[in-house]
Amino acid sequence: MLNKTENILQEHLLEYYKVNKNLLNESMLESVGNLRDEAFEYLKNNNLPTNKDEKWRSTNLEHLYSQTPGLDYKPTEYKKSLEEIFICEVHGFEAKRFSMLNGWYYSPENEKLKVFENGLIVGSIIEAQKQYPDLFNEHFNSVADYKTHGLTASNAALFKDGLFVYVPDNVVVEDTIQLIKMINKEDNMFINSRNLIILGKNSELSFLHCDDSINHSPSLLNTVTEFVVSENAHLRINKLQNLNDSTTLINSTFIKQHKNSSTKVNVITYNGGLIRNELFVDLVGEGADADLNGVYLMDKKQHIDNQVFVNHAVPNCTSSELFKGVLDDKASGVFNGYIFVARDAQHTMAFQQNNNILMSSDAKIDTQPFLEIYADDVKCSHGATVGQLDTEALFYMKQRGISHDDALLLLMFAFTAEVTSKINIEALRLSIEDMIKKRLRGELSICEKCVLHCSVPEYPMEFDIDMSKI
Amino acid sequence: MDNEKNMNKVLDEVTSGEYKYGFFTDIETETAPKGLTEDTIRFISAKKNEPEWMLEYRLKAYKHWLKLEEPKWAHVKYPKINFEEIIFYAAPKKKKQLDSLDEVDPELLDTFNKLGISLDEQKMLAGVAVDAVIDSVSVKTTFQETLSKHGIIFCSISDAVQNHPDLVKKYLGSVVPHTDNYFAALNAAVFSDGSFCYIPKGVRCPIELSTYFRINAANTGQFERTLLIADDDSYVSYLEGCTAPQRDENQLHAAVVEIVALENAEVKYSTVQNWYPGNKEGKGGIYNFVTKRGACRGNSSKISWTQVETGSAVTWKYPSCLLLGDNSIGEFYSVAVTNNYQQADTGTKMIHIGKNTKSTIISKGISAGFSNNSYRGLVRVSKKAENSRNFSQCDSLLLGDKCGAHTFPYIKTANNSSIVEHEATTSKISEDQLFYCQQRGIDMEKAIGLIVNGYAKEVLNKLPMEFAVEAQKLLAITLEGSVG
Repeated sequence: MLNKTENILQEHLLEYYKVNKNLLNESMLESVGNLRDEAFEYLKNNNLPTNKDEKWRSTNLEHLYSQTPGLDYKPTEYKKSLEEIFICEVHGFEAKRFSMLNGWYYSPENEKLKVFENGLIVGSIIEAQKQYPDLFNEHFNSVADYKTHGLTASNAALFKDGLFVYVPDNVVVEDTIQLIKMINKEDNMFINSRNLIILGKNSELSFLHCDDSINHSPSLLNTVTEFVVSENAHLRINKLQNLNDSTTLINSTFIKQHKNSSTKVNVITYNGGLIRNELFVDLVGEGADADLNGVYLMDKKQHIDNQVFVNHAVPNCTSSELFKGVLDDKASGVFNGYIFVARDAQHTMAFQQNNNILMSSDAKIDTQPFLEIYADDVKCSHGATVGQLDTEALFYMKQRGISHDDALLLLMFAFTAEVTSKINIEALRLSIEDMIKKRLRGELSICEKCVLHCSVPEYPMEFDIDMSKI
Repeated sequence: MDNEKNMNKVLDEVTSGEYKYGFFTDIETETAPKGLTEDTIRFISAKKNEPEWMLEYRLKAYKHWLKLEEPKWAHVKYPKINFEEIIFYAAPKKKKQLDSLDEVDPELLDTFNKLGISLDEQKMLAGVAVDAVIDSVSVKTTFQETLSKHGIIFCSISDAVQNHPDLVKKYLGSVVPHTDNYFAALNAAVFSDGSFCYIPKGVRCPIELSTYFRINAANTGQFERTLLIADDDSYVSYLEGCTAPQRDENQLHAAVVEIVALENAEVKYSTVQNWYPGNKEGKGGIYNFVTKRGACRGNSSKISWTQVETGSAVTWKYPSCLLLGDNSIGEFYSVAVTNNYQQADTGTKMIHIGKNTKSTIISKGISAGFSNNSYRGLVRVSKKAENSRNFSQCDSLLLGDKCGAHTFPYIKTANNSSIVEHEATTSKISEDQLFYCQQRGIDMEKAIGLIVNGYAKEVLNKLPMEFAVEAQKLLAITLEGSVG
């Protein structure tokens, strides 16, 4: 274990906070400043997560702790429109697109916070707390817990910007709200961003969260997102992660669900050096339902860690988790599901499933599906498997003239389709399935977005299979 | 509603079954002074007339133990153990060397008769050899002569240190090293007695071997050590049982069991753990912190653990298998019942290292009252363990709304030719099944017993005959009145 003195990064963070405290709190509400101070105290007394921490046993960040990445990143001046910088592979559906560039909300100066006709507010979190201090104070830091670990604390202490969304009561947002986060810095950065998304009573929102990097330089992204889902509100989150192999992404999502609300989450990870997705779902109102799904496709030396914590605090809630992964080359994966059923949270139904396919003898997976249950009238189950593709199915297909490679692809695709089929936006689903096909062929990588376009292969997207033979 | 009340009543009755073995035998005992220092260890070693190497081993373990901290990761809560207050050695006073049964203290014989364990070979259930351990020492091992005809060594570990030092030196601490964990280090430093068993090459042990542990003296800790070696092509089935008197203070039991299975050997190790669980308010009871591990060293060897855990205030126990040899097999079958304020954190570790290794885990947890029952298990498939296979199933049954049932499986797979499966469910006793039974004239209590026994059957079936009967009864007693 690293001593605190050996943890250069931690010292670096603390030092930065001491020096830049006033700068960070410039034009911020007092509540934000107070949170920063508390989080700073916590960080002073607690280590950044290491392998000694039970929750971090299989994800090692210690290589980052000897670095001093830049914390002093500045907003990029708005010169080009979003479309000019970044071409989203997902298209063909209506979406309101917003973006963050290098940790700052990216928009023309006069559009930092947009208010739509139906009362929907979308924009920078800095602007939101200036313009709507009451709304902000009511919900900010009401869901996330900065004491979760050292990185959530450093996020609370050091975040600079983030996305703010407010859906008023009884408003159904028709178009998907898409957040595109991009990194194009040349030097090593440590970017802390914090999002706050509030759904009023009886409202509906479909939210698409994309993490992309545009170049190859390493960076450490530490994001905390809070979702408040009020009574009878319905939230759908789709998360796409396609980052370069030297990026580290720590993504902590906290969701609080009130009475009869529902949340559907799909986390799709194609690429990324080291990605840790933490999903904390607090079911605090009766009748709440959480449906949490994920697919991860990793290769090379990539590492994916999905942590899912569902807290059934009250009776009559339901939750389900389905995470599926394909790991190739020297990739490693971690799944840790945790279902907590509080005393008297009767009539809880909670399910958890994690399936993994290891494609190479160097790939690794650690899966820990945990249950902690203090109520008796419940139905909870979990399952985890690690294995290979069904050899009989493979044989069957080959027997009917499908090549070995195609058959493998088809089976892998079918394996992931159980999750992707849950994506509600048709165009997005098709697009993601397409990307998965490309990804499984090893074609989709960070190269595609490189300006040089040195190696964009042009293969047909469809499987070339004569269905009449099957 | 009436039905529910009735059910709760029956549940209460079922869960309030009394502990039958809570009596205390007044026998003269010889004890070490309280607390643990190097002198305590020298005292124990001198008492047992041990050779120098044994004392060195103990001291080495003690020095390591001083560096360790009590583990806190288990899902159990108990006040910190004060090692200053524990007596680390207690033995019934020996009058002289025991050669025949007539020379065993009649009080002791009585104690074991009361427990239903007869040390009289004529009266024994046919085919079980018993090593009886009271407090810190082995008092009698039966059937030694019959066994020695087959070349089987079955004696107390103290005797083994004297008479078979080569075997002890070779295998002691080879599976559970003194550096393994806090309680294993403590045990290595102060273990007082336990059983030793060696099955020679090609021998199929004709009778069941059994150790019976009894804590009797107050304020003592019991630290026994069992070492079981099955040489090439041998087979043995080993049983272990235990009880303790009813007392208000907690007593510590920190045992170590090591099993070595060489080529083609098979070891079946069954435990019915019935230490005093504490009273209904959770006062008293045994802290059962045990390290049990078997190493399948040879190819095609097999180690099978079966445990029925009904006693102890706090249990911390993970009988494990190291599957080193190719084609070796590890099995773990467990029924753990907790009631009142009992806490259990138990499970297994299956470490696949050899090729084509297989492991099966069946764990059935039953919690009632205010108790907490956790399954914690690790399945690790190393890169070299090609074509390995694991299947785990962990079910929990909750009887009442004040108890907890938890599952903490860890699965680590590092090759692409192995298949690992884990499944678990948590539920309460099925109302449909209860209704069905009652409809057919089976009263509530019997119906509950029937369903619980059916639930645990997969595991109980793995126990040797004599134990299965005892375990079924024990299950019924522990749960008397507890289904709601």
